[in-house]
Amino acid sequence: MKQLLVILFSQALVNNYMLARILGTCPFIGVSQQFETATGMSLAVVFVMTMASVITWLVQHFILNPLGMAYLQTVSFILVIAALVQLIEMVIKKNSPGLYRALGIYLPLITTNCAVLGVAIINISSNYNLIESAVSGAAGGLGWGLAIMLFAAIRERQRLAPISQAMQGFPIALVTTGLLAMAFLGFSGFDVARFIGL
Amino acid sequence: MSSPLQAFTNGIYKENPTFRLLLGMCPTIAASMAVSNGIGMGLAATFVLIGSNLIISLLRSVIPSEIRIPCYIVVIATFVTIVDLVMNAFLPELHAVLGVFVPLIVVNCIILARAEAFASKNGPVASIMDGLGMGLGFTVALIVLSAIREPLATGVILAAADFGFDGIRLFPQRYAMAIVNQPVGGFITLGLAIGAVNLITSKKKSKGSHGAQGGAGK
Repeated sequence: MKQLLVILFSQALVNNYMLARILGTCPFIGVSQQFETATGMSLAVVFVMTMASVITWLVQHFILNPLGMAYLQTVSFILVIAALVQLIEMVIKKNSPGLYRALGIYLPLITTNCAVLGVAIINISSNYNLIESAVSGAAGGLGWGLAIMLFAAIRERQRLAPISQAMQGFPIALVTTGLLAMAFLGFSGFDVARFIGL
Repeated sequence: MSSPLQAFTNGIYKENPTFRLLLGMCPTIAASMAVSNGIGMGLAATFVLIGSNLIISLLRSVIPSEIRIPCYIVVIATFVTIVDLVMNAFLPELHAVLGVFVPLIVVNCIILARAEAFASKNGPVASIMDGLGMGLGFTVALIVLSAIREPLATGVILAAADFGFDGIRLFPQRYAMAIVNQPVGGFITLGLAIGAVNLITSKKKSKGSHGAQGGAGK
């Protein structure tokens, strides 16, 4: 149980996928114009990252490892994730129109979110078991969501600020992300395991 | 249809994937901590771009358009696996530093974007040149960024662990700012660099009539 807490905090805060590992920058900057869309995107990312962690773990341990085909990891994971996103979209569309209205437009965008493939590969290379992988996926998604929601709130204010023409849009967004990452640098080196007495 | 030479030069400045098209941000920031990492990541992506552009261009009349994206991804992932295994065997230090970003070349938007926008519509020779141009444009961008970040963070430039080379020391260690090598420095350097490129382009455009406004804050 404590081990899971360690994974939760280290994946969500200390090694935040966006601000410490630099994964998922494209949707981070693309979908952060408004706070509401950022919230929708974060929910979709938490959902897909958790599902992807579980499915890719099963693929790795029940298909690739027994057959000795670990070198096919990249090819199989990206296909599994693309298919999974498509499947989730269809299931949600059929069974829960409310959730589909909230997440629908974000789901196709997620295949290009490198944090999803990133979490799958990191779970395998960290030797997590199935439950730990699921927690790690959910925590990674929550951390990414926290970052984009903070960032969207900053960007809504920023729209009113006078910014020189050359820096408008992408450049100022990157500099802002840098400052946000500096705040998260406060978590770096924080030993979660020792803190909760493991 | 554009000529092969045009396709090649396009990627380096006019449609530079990093500074003009704003694609592939994650590997740009993660691999620009040192010049050797930048060159390694740039060349790896160039190889994948050339290979996938060639194969996709050859198969462009066979691939049905409804399932083209999964087909492209399989082709790209195959080349990424080749790069991953070769780099692990011959440049283990570089492979360790780039870590998860080597398999993640597969989701680098530059590669899928070129497959979709260029290779699926043009012949094999033009597609190879496009891949080469885009790949070198990405490499140049990585070299520019890492040439700013590496010395500021360590005081050393061109260090390459795989070749046992410690680099050239520009100033003593105690003046170095380690934060530039953190993601913080990466985001800010890239933001300012894109701002500077915007400034240069807008100055070029408005030469004569009215001066470009604003400064890149550097």
